[in-house]
Amino acid sequence: MYSPRFLPCGDTALVVEFGNTIDPVLNRKVRRFSQRLASAHIPGVLEIVPTYRSVLVYYDNLLLDWASVVSELSAVAESSEETRTKPERVVSLPVLYGGNMGPDLEKVACHTGLSCEEVIDKHCAPEYLVYMIGFTPGFPYLGGLDPVLATPRLKRPRLRTPQGSVGIGGSQTGVYSIPAPGGFNVIGRTPVRLFDPERAQPFLLEAGDLVRFEPVNQKQYDDIENGQRSLEQQNA
Amino acid sequence: MPERRIRIIDPGLLATVQDTGRTGFQQFGMPAAGAMDRRSLLYGNAILGNEPADAALECTVLGPSLVFKVPCWFCLTGGTVSATLDDEPIPGWQAIYAPAESVLKTGALTEGTRLYVCVGGGIDVAQVMQSRSTYTAAHIGGLDGRALIEDDVLPLGPCFLPPGALITDSVVPQPEGWAPPAVTGPVVRAIPGPQDDMFTDEALTLFFGSAYEIAPQSDRMGYRLIGPALSHIGSADIVSDGTGFGVVQVPGDGQPIVLMADRQTTGGYAKIATVISADLPLLAQARPGSTVRFEKVSVQHAHELSRDAANEFAVFKRALVEQTRSRRASASRYKVSIKGRVYDVTVEPR
Repeated sequence: MYSPRFLPCGDTALVVEFGNTIDPVLNRKVRRFSQRLASAHIPGVLEIVPTYRSVLVYYDNLLLDWASVVSELSAVAESSEETRTKPERVVSLPVLYGGNMGPDLEKVACHTGLSCEEVIDKHCAPEYLVYMIGFTPGFPYLGGLDPVLATPRLKRPRLRTPQGSVGIGGSQTGVYSIPAPGGFNVIGRTPVRLFDPERAQPFLLEAGDLVRFEPVNQKQYDDIENGQRSLEQQNA
Repeated sequence: MPERRIRIIDPGLLATVQDTGRTGFQQFGMPAAGAMDRRSLLYGNAILGNEPADAALECTVLGPSLVFKVPCWFCLTGGTVSATLDDEPIPGWQAIYAPAESVLKTGALTEGTRLYVCVGGGIDVAQVMQSRSTYTAAHIGGLDGRALIEDDVLPLGPCFLPPGALITDSVVPQPEGWAPPAVTGPVVRAIPGPQDDMFTDEALTLFFGSAYEIAPQSDRMGYRLIGPALSHIGSADIVSDGTGFGVVQVPGDGQPIVLMADRQTTGGYAKIATVISADLPLLAQARPGSTVRFEKVSVQHAHELSRDAANEFAVFKRALVEQTRSRRASASRYKVSIKGRVYDVTVEPR
């Protein structure tokens, strides 16, 4: 039985807190609850934001008072355990590692004592879990980086990290979905757009997806990018 | 070029197209954006008979100048500013008729920080993810995802006679005895949490009682506050979780930051309290350099305040409509005979 804490976040949102850690089992509870809540279509529930270990629920306080919203969400939590999460989806992201696309690859190799090839191999090996999407539109918080690859964030963050940059910051790895300032060590770049407001589905990834990185060469990178561009021109 | 349109002559300090925000995409890291002072936008739209979520111009500190290329109704809400239409002074919080080619001029706001220029039919730019709000950091929404500049042309939706208006009006009167809601105020009410248990008792006492100055770098993403430092029991860091509009996060340096309309959807700092929705308009209108104090209230009390605000708004909208009836009733009707032809004539008060 799920017994989360219900914490007010002002008078139009509340936090449904399942725990306090980054843990795949805890994260699955979060996803089950969010799915169940979304399909319950409770009048007055306006928006559902799942995170690592809690769900922020926005509600209409003219339709739901505190007691009602806690009561409704408790009922959802109680029945969440049986909810089947969506079938796992594995998204494979092509990455051009090193060179201009990965200016910090050598630094990571140096820090970890591995060769550049070994860094790439170890980065591509796991299936990473998308814990949540946040920080910027479409940015995935990925779990499962090989601890051997951990490299401290840049002392001075870049003012602008190019879109698609794949990086390592501390024990985290991620992909910049839009250009943003940041302290990740950039080891490669993917031509795939994690966020495209013009696309019918603007966001490529969602919480619960599994992500693999696949190394490609410059020609394959260019082909994918050109393919994307011509698709955009067709749709424009 | 759309037929119904306005053209920007001078955008002022910072003008963007905003509606009531982008809903449903925060789970994908897409900030909600939307009008900082949502109440002023809703009042402006109600005064014009617009849909509640119709988009308007949100203008900061220095108001805009623009030309209406077609006949149009419009209304100014939010902060106070001296405004003219074709050099004639015009009031705020009332529907005003703008003939084709008429020019609206405003200047520096004398009270408040954000002015809303609402237009009959709404600003009709394309929607992105079901909203017209501008989120500048990702270049989406509004006009090309950016702040407005000189010569920008904005399309308008179809415009109807505002509630309470007579066809002969150029300014629709306010309901009798009604005054606009107070736009600024030194005290803002907040509910403790979600991570109030990560702060010392002293921190909570200091937060609910001290004066905090709004730092100059404050903007649509968040207001940095300067004042007594707030101590955490342990670390300031939490496993990132969701951040609501008005949530007050406190990083290691103890200086609170109130997250506003363009805030990131998740954050990793402990959150001591959250400003109530009824008082967000006051905060949205507070000027950098001014001070604010927080008063602790419960969720239940905050809900009552929301209901009161909603009732006030409903009463106002009803009063606007009622005006039409009473104004027509006091109009005088005559039959006038001119050169053998009889005319029905109605004389209405201005």
